[in-house]
Amino acid sequence: MTKLLARFADCVFWLARNVERANSLARVLDVNQTYSYDTKGGRNWEVVLRLYTDEEEFNQHYEQITPENVLAFYITDVRNASSIRSCIRWARENARTIRPLISTEMWTHLNVFYEHLKGIDPADITSQSLSEFCAAVKEGCQTHIGITRETFYRDEAWAFYLMGQQLERADQTTRLLDVKYQQLLPKAAEAGSALDVSQWHALLRAAAGFHAFRREHPSQTTPEAVASFLLFNPRFPRSLLCAVNEASQALSSLRHEFGLRNGTLAQKQLRGFQSRLIDMTIEDVLGQGMHETLDWAQGELIQATTLLRREFCGAE
Amino acid sequence: MAAAQTQRQTQSAGPTTGGLLAAYDRGGYWCELYGNGKAPLPDGAELARRLNAFSFAEIIRRSQQATREFMSLGVTFTVYTDKDAIDRILPFDVIPRIITRPEWQVLEKGVIQRVAAMNAFLADIYGKQKCIKDGIIPADLVLGNSNYRPEMVGLKVRYGTYIHICGTDLVRGADGKFRVLEDNGRTPSGVSYVVENRHLMQRTFPDLVRDLPIRPVSNYGQKLAEALMEIAPAGVTDPQIVLLSPGTYNSAYFEHIFLAREMGVPLVEGRDLTIEDDKVFMKTISGLAPVHVIYRRLNDDFLDPEVFNKESMLGVPGLMRAYKKGNVALANAVGTGVADDKAVYAYMPRLIRYYLAEDAIIENVDTQICREAEGLKYTLANLAKMVVKPVGESGGYGITIGPRATRQEIADCRAKLKADPANFISQPMVELSVCPTLINRAIEPRHVDLRPFIVTGKSSWVLPGGLTRVALRKGSLVVNSSQGGGSKDTWVLD
Repeated sequence: MTKLLARFADCVFWLARNVERANSLARVLDVNQTYSYDTKGGRNWEVVLRLYTDEEEFNQHYEQITPENVLAFYITDVRNASSIRSCIRWARENARTIRPLISTEMWTHLNVFYEHLKGIDPADITSQSLSEFCAAVKEGCQTHIGITRETFYRDEAWAFYLMGQQLERADQTTRLLDVKYQQLLPKAAEAGSALDVSQWHALLRAAAGFHAFRREHPSQTTPEAVASFLLFNPRFPRSLLCAVNEASQALSSLRHEFGLRNGTLAQKQLRGFQSRLIDMTIEDVLGQGMHETLDWAQGELIQATTLLRREFCGAE
Repeated sequence: MAAAQTQRQTQSAGPTTGGLLAAYDRGGYWCELYGNGKAPLPDGAELARRLNAFSFAEIIRRSQQATREFMSLGVTFTVYTDKDAIDRILPFDVIPRIITRPEWQVLEKGVIQRVAAMNAFLADIYGKQKCIKDGIIPADLVLGNSNYRPEMVGLKVRYGTYIHICGTDLVRGADGKFRVLEDNGRTPSGVSYVVENRHLMQRTFPDLVRDLPIRPVSNYGQKLAEALMEIAPAGVTDPQIVLLSPGTYNSAYFEHIFLAREMGVPLVEGRDLTIEDDKVFMKTISGLAPVHVIYRRLNDDFLDPEVFNKESMLGVPGLMRAYKKGNVALANAVGTGVADDKAVYAYMPRLIRYYLAEDAIIENVDTQICREAEGLKYTLANLAKMVVKPVGESGGYGITIGPRATRQEIADCRAKLKADPANFISQPMVELSVCPTLINRAIEPRHVDLRPFIVTGKSSWVLPGGLTRVALRKGSLVVNSSQGGGSKDTWVLD
């Protein structure tokens, strides 16, 4: 009989999600700074707001879309529940609640990581220092993931960790692709320009997939190939399919390894989603529309979270 | 023997000149390292020698390192303000406190005896109430006590153990003798610091602890789990233990984490538990799982809104029904607050004699019971010399220390005493012993107490040493963490 409290499972799930979110966000900010130029050579920060559908919330707190404001909003602003600081704060709060469950190393690292972020002043983050800062956040998140892999006891809680991490990752990848595809596709008409290709590469870099993509496609970069890679490559850890596969496997382990009898609705839904992704090709996606497909995928991911939390964590 | 000791003292006194402790002056108090002499006590000589090898720069560096590590590890309590949550550590002083083997043998026996008497007392007052009938203790002091729980009358607890975890506060006076200052038989805290202080000491001062015969403390969780297993309802072969915490906002949450982790049991809140058919269950990811033993770090008041505080959101409605039916064991039992009451404390020596037919191994601090005419008269006549304590308070609040009080404070105290004498006890001021303590760039004497922890299931076990709390403010006798107290690693030497 499992001894994992429903409330703790929920905490592990959100701990993983928040770290993953901070990790993705740092990547997106960094790549946007380094590789994304608009036609006038300036960096387009509005696209980041669109990526996370944060325009409305941003406008409540800031008057203008300036690099400083967008960076403050996403890095240090505690009013933004998804700023890097907030994400790591929630990760730490969840970790604090479940401290008896996680390793001392996991806790200590998150505790110190958050203390470090807390000490960062918005004024410290400038275009010059952004990349260094993002590197530190990515390293912090990846250190957390590494420590977790090496020290976290692999009972039911580990399955919830993986599900949280992978569902968040899947969501981040669909968002990234959605916004960038819309932004870049019109320019694909002027195919072949150096700027154009570099922007598709930037998208791959934001998902940490540039070099893996290169190995699959040594010479050519087409929008279809990039989209297909990010959606369906089963070996690329940040592709939608790969993340969904891992989440689905973690969910199955609850029944097969730990003998849980509940969670049938969540499993049915996630497996259905997974098999539709496996059967899907990039042509199908383009046929029904990229945005429409990604919308559907995001809906499925939200549904998976809802069912998981309802069936295991007693959430309404 | 005495000669040999003197010689060893003389020898050890040699290298102290010029070292860290060279300028240390115990200020006329009994010192845990020096006794009432000029040289370290024989058992402390080696520690003193090693300390003297440190420069101030080095010990300060290590002390800062220790503080940083406590912050990183989150050995902290959290203070919540409107805006933020601030993590604080219990200040840690790096100079350990030593208890010798013969001293400890007496203390260990003494605190076990005390717990045995308290348990016998509780079984009696919730049973036949012989101590009242025999006139050992006034009826209203027991039955009229705000911590007396009539719900417990007639309820049997396994092995007659009500106080499974006890923290007894001991102090040492100018004569070098330990006395009991206070009993804590409800939900005593601080044990996590005993273990964490030791681990920290081993990491930051490997050169100080190396090869010394210090009795280990790291098996506390195991011993506690064993005792909790023993008290599981009869017939349960593989009992599920949980630790019930008020939640992450509680200032002792770190300790709850620590204990749950050390025992490997779920750390639950009231909302994680539910009662069905007078049995206790916890809400897991696959439904309800039975719970047999609850180590609760929640006061009686909050345990069950059906019976006690109706407003409590922290407890479990129906828990008392399950408890009364014997379907769950609670540690500590409900209603133990009568036994550690400051007024009942005064009767403890008599209660020990009454139940165990033994004299108290560790004496009380001489205590006047102000509810008794004689005690009140004596207290009022000697107010400037006495420490006056309200009986219901804890955490060092509401205390008037006569020799340190202003004339106004004495007058206020006198008025309160006359208005409600039964609410007070008084004691002579105990000149608490001191320990060398790192204060800024000097080693100064600071007053300490000692809280050993006694774990009782079928029988009692005492964690070697206990929590040494130190009053970091110069001259202060109040060691409570809420009032500027810190802690030290406590070494029982074999």
